[in-house]
Parts: sequence; C-alpha cells; structure tokens
Amino acid sequence: MTWLVPLPVVMPLIGAALTLLLVGRPRAQRWVSITVLTATVAVAALLLVRSSLGGPLVVEVGGWAAPMGIVLVADQLAALMLVVSAAVTLCVLVYSIGQGMADGNEETPLSVYHPTYLVLTAGVCNAFLSGDLFNLYVGFEILLVASYVLLTLGSTETRIRAGTTYVVVSLLSSVLFLVAIGLVYASTGTLNLAQLVDRLDALPDDLRLVLQGMLLLAFGIKAAVFPLSAWLPDSYPTAPAPVTAVFAGLLTKVGVYAIIRTETLLFPGGRTADLLLVVAALTMVVGILGAVAQSDIKRLLSFTLVSHIGYMLFGVGLTTTLGLSAAIFYVVHHITIQTTLFLAAGLIERRGGSTALDRLGGLARLSPLLAVLFFVPALNLAGIPPFSGFLGKLGLVQAGVADGGVLAWGLVAGGLLTSLLTLYAIARVWNLAFWRAPHPEMPEADDPARAARTDGAEQPHEDSEPAGAALPRLMIGSTAALVALGLALTVVAGPLFDISTDAADHLLRRAPYVEAVFPDGAP
Amino acid sequence: MNPNLIYVLVVGVLFAAGITLLLERSLTRVLMGVILLGNGANLLLLTGGRAGGPPIVGTTDEADMADPLPQAMVLTAIVITLGMTAFLLALAYRSWHLNGHDEVQDDVEDRRIMELADRDEGPGTADADTVRELAADPTEPMPVTGARGSAT
Repeated sequence: MTWLVPLPVVMPLIGAALTLLLVGRPRAQRWVSITVLTATVAVAALLLVRSSLGGPLVVEVGGWAAPMGIVLVADQLAALMLVVSAAVTLCVLVYSIGQGMADGNEETPLSVYHPTYLVLTAGVCNAFLSGDLFNLYVGFEILLVASYVLLTLGSTETRIRAGTTYVVVSLLSSVLFLVAIGLVYASTGTLNLAQLVDRLDALPDDLRLVLQGMLLLAFGIKAAVFPLSAWLPDSYPTAPAPVTAVFAGLLTKVGVYAIIRTETLLFPGGRTADLLLVVAALTMVVGILGAVAQSDIKRLLSFTLVSHIGYMLFGVGLTTTLGLSAAIFYVVHHITIQTTLFLAAGLIERRGGSTALDRLGGLARLSPLLAVLFFVPALNLAGIPPFSGFLGKLGLVQAGVADGGVLAWGLVAGGLLTSLLTLYAIARVWNLAFWRAPHPEMPEADDPARAARTDGAEQPHEDSEPAGAALPRLMIGSTAALVALGLALTVVAGPLFDISTDAADHLLRRAPYVEAVFPDGAP
Repeated sequence: MNPNLIYVLVVGVLFAAGITLLLERSLTRVLMGVILLGNGANLLLLTGGRAGGPPIVGTTDEADMADPLPQAMVLTAIVITLGMTAFLLALAYRSWHLNGHDEVQDDVEDRRIMELADRDEGPGTADADTVRELAADPTEPMPVTGARGSAT
C-alpha cells in the first residue's frame, strides 16, 4: 500500500502538465482537474484509514535508502491534513468552474488557472507528506510560486499592489527557512526529520534554541502569527473569491502544520511553549480586534483567519496530548469553515455587487439560500454549539484548564473573548448585509434570463457579470457541499477527536515516526 | 568543521545589504535585495558542508571528499531564486506599466479605516446608518416595503 503515498503529489503534477497541454480546451481542462482532485481525495482517505490502522506509511523516493534519499511519510496527522485539504480544494475547484473563471475574460482570465491550481495542490500535499526538511522547503516553494501566480491573476492594479507585498514577505520567509535549513545541516549533518530527532537532541541547548527560533520565525510568517501577520489581510482580499478561499483554507494551515511537526518531532520539551502561548493570545485578540474594525466582508474574514490561527498555536503551546489533539481538530475545522465563508463572501459579492458592508443590505430577503450558506458557517466559526467550532474551542479550553498555569488560564480567557468578538463581528455582517433593508443600489430580484445563461459548466461565463447576477448552480452547490462538510465535522466529531488524539499521542511520543522511517534504528 | 571566516563575513555583508534594500519602496531595489539575500543564503548553505575534492569514488579518497549534499541543495535554491527573480521583474514591469512607477503602495483600505477612526466613526456601522435614516425625511417611504428596517 505504500505506493499510494506519493500519489497526492504526483497526480496533481501530472494533471497540471495535462491541463497545460490542453490550454484552449477549457472543457477538457475541467474534466482533468476534477478527475485528478477526486482521485486525490480518494487516495488521501485511503491513506488516512491505512495510517490509522497500521501506523505511518513510508516511501523512499527513487528507492534510495532513508538517510541518503528523501522519504515521504504519511502518518495520521499528514493523512488527516491531506483528506481535508484535498476535499476543500475539490469543492473550491468546482466553485471556480461554476464562476467560469477558467474562461477568458478581463478580470480573471487565463487557461493557466487550472495548471497553477493543481501545482498549488501538489505543493500543499508535498509539504504535508515530506519527511525531510529540504523537501518541506521545496513543497513550500511549489505552493508559494503557484500562489503568486493565482494571487496576481489578470494583473490588475490592486492585485499587483497586493501581490507585491505578498511575494516579498513570502520570499523573506523562504530565505529565513533556507538559512535555518543551512544551519541545521551544518550542525547535524542531516535533514531527514527522523534522523534529526536524535542528532538535535545531542546538540547543546543554546544552539538548539537558535535553530528552533529560526524555524519558528520562518513558519510563523507563513502561518500569519501575530507580529508577522500584517501581510495577510492586505493581500488575500484582492484575489478572485475561490483563490482567496483556497489560500485562506490551506496556505496558513501548511505553516501551522510545519510548526506542529517541528515543535513536536524536532524540538520537544516545550522550551518555546511560553512564547507560543503569548503570541497565540496576541494573535487571537489583535486579529479579532482588526476584524471588528473592518467594513468589507473579505477583509473582515481575513482578520478572523489571522485571529483563529491563535487557537491552533494555543493547543501547540500547551504541549499536552489533549492540547495538541484539540489543535489538530481545530485545524481541520478551520480549514473547512474559513474556506466556506470566503466562498460565501464570493457569492455575496456576486449577488450584491460588492463586499463592502455599507453597500449591502437585505440579502436575507433577496436570497434566503445565500443567507443560510453564510449563516451556518459563520455561527460555526464563532463557536456556537453544537457546531465543530464549539467542540474545537471546548477541547482547547479543557486542555488549558487541565494545564492550570497562569498563561494557560490567560489563554482560556483570551480564547473565550475572541470567540465572543468573532460572534460580534459576524453578527455585524449579518445585521448589515442580510437583515437591514436592501440598499437602494442593490439589484432587486434575480433575473431569470441571466440565471439560464450562467448556470451549468458548459457555457462560457463572464466573471465580471453586472451586479445582481443570479447565482450559478455549481457555485451554490459547491458552497453547500462545504457547509455540509462543516456540519459533518460535528457529526463525526467523536471519531475525529479519536484520530486527532491518536495523532497527537504519536507526535508527542516521537518513536512511532522514527521507527516507521528507520525500522532497524536510526543510523 | 570550522567554516571559513571570509565566507561568513561575506554572508553577513550580503544579508545586511539585502535587508537594507528590502526596506526600500522601489520594487527594483527590493528585487536587488531579494537577490542578495538569496545569494547570502546559498553561500551559507555551502559553508555547512565539508570542503574537499570532487565527491566521486575512485577520484578522491573518502576522507578528502567534499560534502555533495549542500551543493545539491544550493543548486535547487539557485533555480528557485532565478524563477522568483523573473517573477518579481515581471511584477515590477507590470507595476511600471500600470502606474508609471514601481513603488510599493500602501494599502488603500487600511488608510480609509484609519481616517474613519480619526473621525471617530465606526466602519460602516449601524450607527452611521441610523443617523442617516433619522436625518432623512420621516414621511419618505422605506426603499422596500415589508422589509425590516435597520437591525439596530
């Protein structure tokens, strides 16, 4: 079964090549992309089942034995991340096909969309599966380069401005990561994660702290942790809705995943635990205060994204099985919900002609379905029972209380405050965009003629539809699918928590990972 | 092994110069900064391995071989830096094409929200909305009959 492991990286790359060859034939491109991503979801699900039953699956790439060659490792954490991210990318792809952004028009043109999107998926999967620090860097670069292209699609003025900030900040974090890799290699002579476990333990404490700090800084920028998060709300909202959605769902979480992996596997013992807890609190509170101040839905959601990264760091900083398990659960929940909300924001923009709160109104009456699609994930994000957001936060609060330290209690308070403020921010969107009287400039009713023209994937679409276009069925359908996935997280929360607890336990014990890579003991 | 001091100094100078340039507004200078930073990081990677003869069995004794791995990593990193340089150049060119300059602009929305804060107004708040409605003629009918008024 180990032959399954490289597939989530290889299939999207082959798909990218195919779609690149099929430029100019959008229909064939769509089928290739959908097939590839569906297959990726299936493979990821199989990997999750296998790694839960039989321990981590390891592949030595090219047949080169472990410390010399590169390994891909699918343990439970990696497989769980793969399943969620593959499912989310598939839904967003369907959404973007519905939006017709793959077809040529002024704003979001380019048959290059499909190949880039698939390369992005491959990069994300590679980062999750990598068992080698340099390969992790390569995975990051693949997904970042693809994201640069997606963010500046159409190269309009705002996107170029936002893209510049994003590219420069990402480049800086990549250089930091590269320097950290150079230092790790210089001091240990290896970059294989499993081999690093022993070799890093043997290093002097201060040197380890420097390496840990460098890696944390690099990943902190990618994950948008508070003092390093200012780039995110500036750059994300300008991209096309599906692109923002997939970035919000996946890119920062890859950073969080890298933090979880390195903090548990390479640098156990929690020497930076206090630091993580402090920045977690700051990220939560500062992020959500930023969200409260926004008057544009997309920017508001970008700030909640930053804010909720803090919850995940909270769990990691506790360094207990319960905390880590809740953090993993929260990552899964947040990938799904944040993506759904951005997709819903895209629908709002399409229906209302804008995402600025002072230009919207009355959407609940004009488009009840859209109201439901926004309302459910919004409450989920704020952590209203019985949704998964509530369960994730409950797990974190329990872990914080169990820890009992001053910082942990502070974090519990900060988490609850953030949850409340999230509810406030979301309620403001609801009140202004959905509940009050429709804005005079808003289009009145759905135009059936336009609806007939825009639904289905077959006809060519225009993204720059005049405001008030009826919503294409595919866009509604894919958003609804993600809302349903978010609800399903509540239903399967029990088994999911079992998996995440198991994953957290393995992460903290470290031995299962090392034994999977080196069955005969680390060289 | 002890890294060569000159190497380390060069890396330091490259990083310092790169970061200084990175703080500039002009995208072309930022690009220069990125290139310098990239080169600095590559040199740093290179100092991480043992120096020596070509790592080919039969040509060099195993004890005298250079460590080939950092060189392989540097090659990868150079390729990535090359691609990024091309992309940044394209961005700078496009920015110049659109605006006539390549300066990185402030975020417009940020500035707007700061102005709102200066005037002590909330962002698109219900308050501002209510005020507007109160100021309007009360006999004027609501824009849409049967809809709720302002939620607050």
